[in-house]
Amino acid sequence: ASNCQRAGLDGILGRNSLRGRGGPGTGASCVQHRLVVRDASTLQILHLYTCTDQIQYIEWSSDSQFILCAMYKRGLVQVWSLEQPDWHCRIDEGSAGLVASCWSPDGRHILNTTEFHLRITVWSLCTKSVSYIKYPKACQQGVAFTKDGRYMAVAERRDCKDFISIFVCRNWQLLRHFDTETQDLFGIEWAPNGCVLAAWDTCLEYKVLLYSLDGRLLSSYRAYEWPLGIKSIAWSPSSQFLAIGSFDEKVRILNHVTWKKITELEHPAVITNKKTIVYKEVEKSPTLGTERLSFPPTRALASSLFSTQSKYDICQVPVSLNYIKPVADKANPKVGVGMLAFSADNCFLATKNDNIPNAVWIWDMRKLKLAVVLEQLYSIQCFQWDPCQPRLAVCTGSSRVYLWSPAGCVVVKVPGEGDFQIVSLSWHSSGDSMLLLSKDHFCVCYLEREEVK
Amino acid sequence: MGDWRTVTVPLLSSDSKNIFPYTSERKSPASMSSEVLRLSLPSAKSMHSFFSAFCTEENIEQSISYIDRELTTMGFPSIYVESKGKELDLVSMVNCMNELLVLQHKNLRAQEEIEIQHLKLGSDMDHLQNCYTKLKVQKLQNVISSRATQYNHDMKRKEREYNKLKERLHQLVMNKKDKKLAMEVLNYVGRADGKRGAWRTDKTEARNEEEMYKVLLSDYEQRQKQLLLENTELKKVLQQMKKDIISLLPPQKQKPKERSEDGPVLSDQEEDIGELNKENMWELSCETVREQLTNSIRKQWRMLKNHVEKLDNQVSRGHSGALNEKDVISREDHELETGKLELEIQQCKEMIRTQQQLLQQQLTCDDDTTLLLQDCYLLEERERLQEEWRLFREQKRNFEKERKSFTEAAIRLGLERKAFEEDRGAWLKHQFLSMTADCKSENSTTPSAFLRSADTDLRLVRSASQQKRPPSVLSTTASPEPCQISQYITQNSVASEKPAADYLPNLWVGSDGKEETEECTKTWEDSGLDTLCRNLHMEQLP
Repeated sequence: ASNCQRAGLDGILGRNSLRGRGGPGTGASCVQHRLVVRDASTLQILHLYTCTDQIQYIEWSSDSQFILCAMYKRGLVQVWSLEQPDWHCRIDEGSAGLVASCWSPDGRHILNTTEFHLRITVWSLCTKSVSYIKYPKACQQGVAFTKDGRYMAVAERRDCKDFISIFVCRNWQLLRHFDTETQDLFGIEWAPNGCVLAAWDTCLEYKVLLYSLDGRLLSSYRAYEWPLGIKSIAWSPSSQFLAIGSFDEKVRILNHVTWKKITELEHPAVITNKKTIVYKEVEKSPTLGTERLSFPPTRALASSLFSTQSKYDICQVPVSLNYIKPVADKANPKVGVGMLAFSADNCFLATKNDNIPNAVWIWDMRKLKLAVVLEQLYSIQCFQWDPCQPRLAVCTGSSRVYLWSPAGCVVVKVPGEGDFQIVSLSWHSSGDSMLLLSKDHFCVCYLEREEVK
Repeated sequence: MGDWRTVTVPLLSSDSKNIFPYTSERKSPASMSSEVLRLSLPSAKSMHSFFSAFCTEENIEQSISYIDRELTTMGFPSIYVESKGKELDLVSMVNCMNELLVLQHKNLRAQEEIEIQHLKLGSDMDHLQNCYTKLKVQKLQNVISSRATQYNHDMKRKEREYNKLKERLHQLVMNKKDKKLAMEVLNYVGRADGKRGAWRTDKTEARNEEEMYKVLLSDYEQRQKQLLLENTELKKVLQQMKKDIISLLPPQKQKPKERSEDGPVLSDQEEDIGELNKENMWELSCETVREQLTNSIRKQWRMLKNHVEKLDNQVSRGHSGALNEKDVISREDHELETGKLELEIQQCKEMIRTQQQLLQQQLTCDDDTTLLLQDCYLLEERERLQEEWRLFREQKRNFEKERKSFTEAAIRLGLERKAFEEDRGAWLKHQFLSMTADCKSENSTTPSAFLRSADTDLRLVRSASQQKRPPSVLSTTASPEPCQISQYITQNSVASEKPAADYLPNLWVGSDGKEETEECTKTWEDSGLDTLCRNLHMEQLP
C-alpha cells in the first residue's frame, strides 16, 4: 500500500521548471522513505531517491532545483538535487529534535525548528555559516516570509511576552525587534506588498495588530471582547483588504487606508437575498439498462453501480442550509468561519462557516455582497482558488472535485475504479492542472484551456 | 309608613355598563344600602337612567324616605323638617347635596392620585427589572474577567516553568552537540542569484535599513498616487455636481447686507474664493480649499433641498386649492386657461378645415366647370384684347390721317417756299434798285412794309392754324409744343438763315449797311419764323 503524506502537500506539485524542460513541470511525492519525482504531464517517474527514514514532509525549493525531505522522528533533513541526482545533503539536528522544516525564499537555506521550539536553525547550502534564532513562538504561523522573499518575520516569546523579529533574508541580519500587545500571539502574515505585517492573538482575545515593515504599529483592531475571537485571516492579493473570520460566524473586512472595518459578512443558515445564486449538489441515480446486468458483476459494473453521480441544481431563494448546532462544552468548537480565501483577481472571497459545514460561500468583493452559495452533499474538506483566474476548486471527501467560476459550476468525477476520496487539492501555478490527494493516492487533473478567438 | 313598595336600586358595576331596568320588587333596605355603598361613580350616561330608575312619579315618598335614612346613617342631618315628618326641609336637603358634592370631588382627586401612583410604580418596576438584568450581565462579565485574569496568571506561571525546563534542555542539548558537525554536504551550492553570500557587518546593517525604508517609501508613494487620482476624480465630480445644482436652482437674489456688514475683509476673502472657484481649484488640496468646496456643496444642496420642498408644498397647496402666492395659479384659473386654449385650438382647427375644403374644391372640380371657367377667363382676355386692338386701330387711323395732312402741308410748304423765294428774289431786286435810287432817305416805311407783310403773314398763319387743328387723342400736349417748336425752329432758322444774312452785307458795301442788315435779318427771321410756324402747325408730329 502506498503512502502519501498530507504534510507534503505544498511541495507535492512543483512549479514550472525554469530550465525549459518543457511541459508543466515536475511533481514529487513520497512513499514511505522513497521520494518519487514524476513528470507532471505524463506522471512518468523521472527520479527516485531513498531517504534514511520515513518522510514526514517534503518541500520544493523556490527555483525547483532541490527538494527537502524532513524526517521528524529522526531529526533529519535530506536535500536532493534534480539537476545532479548524485548530489546529496544531510542535516542532522540530533538530540535537538525536529518539529518543522522549510526552505528560505532564495532556495538555498533551510530553516529547522527544533523540538519544543527551542530554536530555529538556519542552515546554508552555499556557505558554512549557521544562524540561530532563539525563542521562536510555538504557534500556528510563527514564521512568515514576504512575497518577494526579502524579509522574514518570526514570532518570539520571551518571559511570557510576545515579540516579533524581522530579518533580512539576504544575510539573516536582524532588522527590527519589537514587542506586541498580544496575550498569546497566534499567527503572523505579511501583506502581499511586503510592507505590512498582520499579527493576531489567540481565539480567547479578538485582536489584530498591523505593523509596518519598520516595526511601527499602524493600527489595532478589536471587534468584541469576550466571546471567542479570530479563527482565520486572509490578505487580498492586492493588499487592499484584510479578511478576518471569527467564531461569531462573521467575516470582517478591514481596508488598507484606514485599517477600519468596512463591512461585516454574515453567514446565516437561511439565505434570503434574491440576488444570491444557490447551487445545490444533488445525486443522480445511475442509469442502467437491465439487460446489461450479469452475475458475477464485472468490476466496471460494480463501480458504476456503487459510485453515485451528482450534479448541481439551482435552488430558489429562500434556501435553508444544513445547520449544525455547536456543542458548547468542547474546545475548538466547530463554529465560526474557519476557511477564507481571496481569488487571484481580488474579485471574490470564498469562506466556510464551520456551523454549516457543507456550504461554500462566495462573496463578490466589488459589491461586498453574497454572490453564490454552493451546498454540497458532504462537508467541505478543502477549497483553493486557481492562481490565474477566478475559478474555485472544492473537494468534500467524495470522489468528485467541484469547480465554480462566474460562468457556472461543474462536477468532475475522478475516473477510474474504486472510490478516490479527495481530501485535499492543490492547483498548479499555471492554472492548467490540479493535484488531487486522497489518503493513499494522488492524481492530477488537467483542465483544458478554452481557445480565445 | 303605609305599604312598602320596595325599590330595586339598579346594580351599577364600576364601568357602569349594565343598567338593569327598573322593577318593583321587594327588597330589604339593608341589602339595598350595602348595594348602594358598593356603587362607584356612575358615568354621565348612566346617571340619567339611574335617576329615572331610582325615583319615579309613583314612589317619590319612598325614595325620599330612603334617602333620608341613608343620609342620617351617613351622619348627615335629616332632610325632613322634623323626624318622621312628611315635610321636606329644603335648607338641610341643599346642605346635604352640597356636602355630597364636596365628597364627590374629594373622591375624584383621590382616584386620580392613585392612578398616577399606579403608573409610576409600573414604570419603576420596568426600570428595576432592566437594571436587574444589566446587573446580572455585569456580574457574569465580572466573573468571566476574574476567571480570565486568574487563568492568565496561572498560564504565565506554567509557562515560566516550561521555559525553565526548555532552557535546561537546551543547555543539555547544546552541550551534547558541541563537537559534532550537524551538516554533511557533498559540495556547497552556488546561490540562486549567482551572488556571493554577504557578511553581517555594520555597513550591511545600514544598507538593510536603507533598503527597508526605500521599500516602504515606494509603497507609500504608490498609494499616495492612487489616492491622489481618486481625489481628483471625486473633486471633479463634486465640481460638476455643484454646477448642476446651481443650474437647477432659480436665480438667487444677492444679499448685499451681509457683505456690507463685514466690510472689505470679507470681500477680499470672497474674491479669493471666487478665484478659487475656477477650474484649476481641484488641483489644490490644502485644507481651506477642501473645506470651502465641501461647504459650498453642502450649502447648494441645502438650497436645492429647500427649493424642492417649496415646490412640493406649492404643488400640495395647489391641489388643496389655497392661493397664497401670486405666481401660483389656482386650479380653477388653470382650468379656465386650458379651456380657453382648447377652444382656440378648436376654432383654428375648424378654420383650417374649411380652408382646406375650399382649396380642395378649387383643385378638384369636375371637368365641365373647369372648362367653363377656362372659357370665361379666355373670353375675358379676348374682350380685353379686342378693346385694345380697337384702340390701337383707331390710333393708327388717326396717325395716318395726320401723316397725310402733314405730307400735304409739306408739299404746300414747298410750294410756298418756292413762291417765297421767287418773291424774295424779286423784292431784293426791287430793293437794290430802290436803294440805289434814293439811299439817303431814312424811311421807316420799309419795316412797316415788312411788318405789314409780316402781319399779313401772321394773319395767314393764324387762319391757317385756326383752319387746321386736327382732333387728336394725343392733342393734350399740342399747345405747349408750338412754342417749343417755335423756339427750336427759331434757332434752326437763325442757323439756316444766317448764310443768307451773311450773304447780305456782301451785297451792301456801306457803313449803314450793318444796321439795316440787322433789321433785315430780323425781319427775315420774323418772316421765316412765321412761315415756319405756319408750316409747323400744319405738320403734327407723328
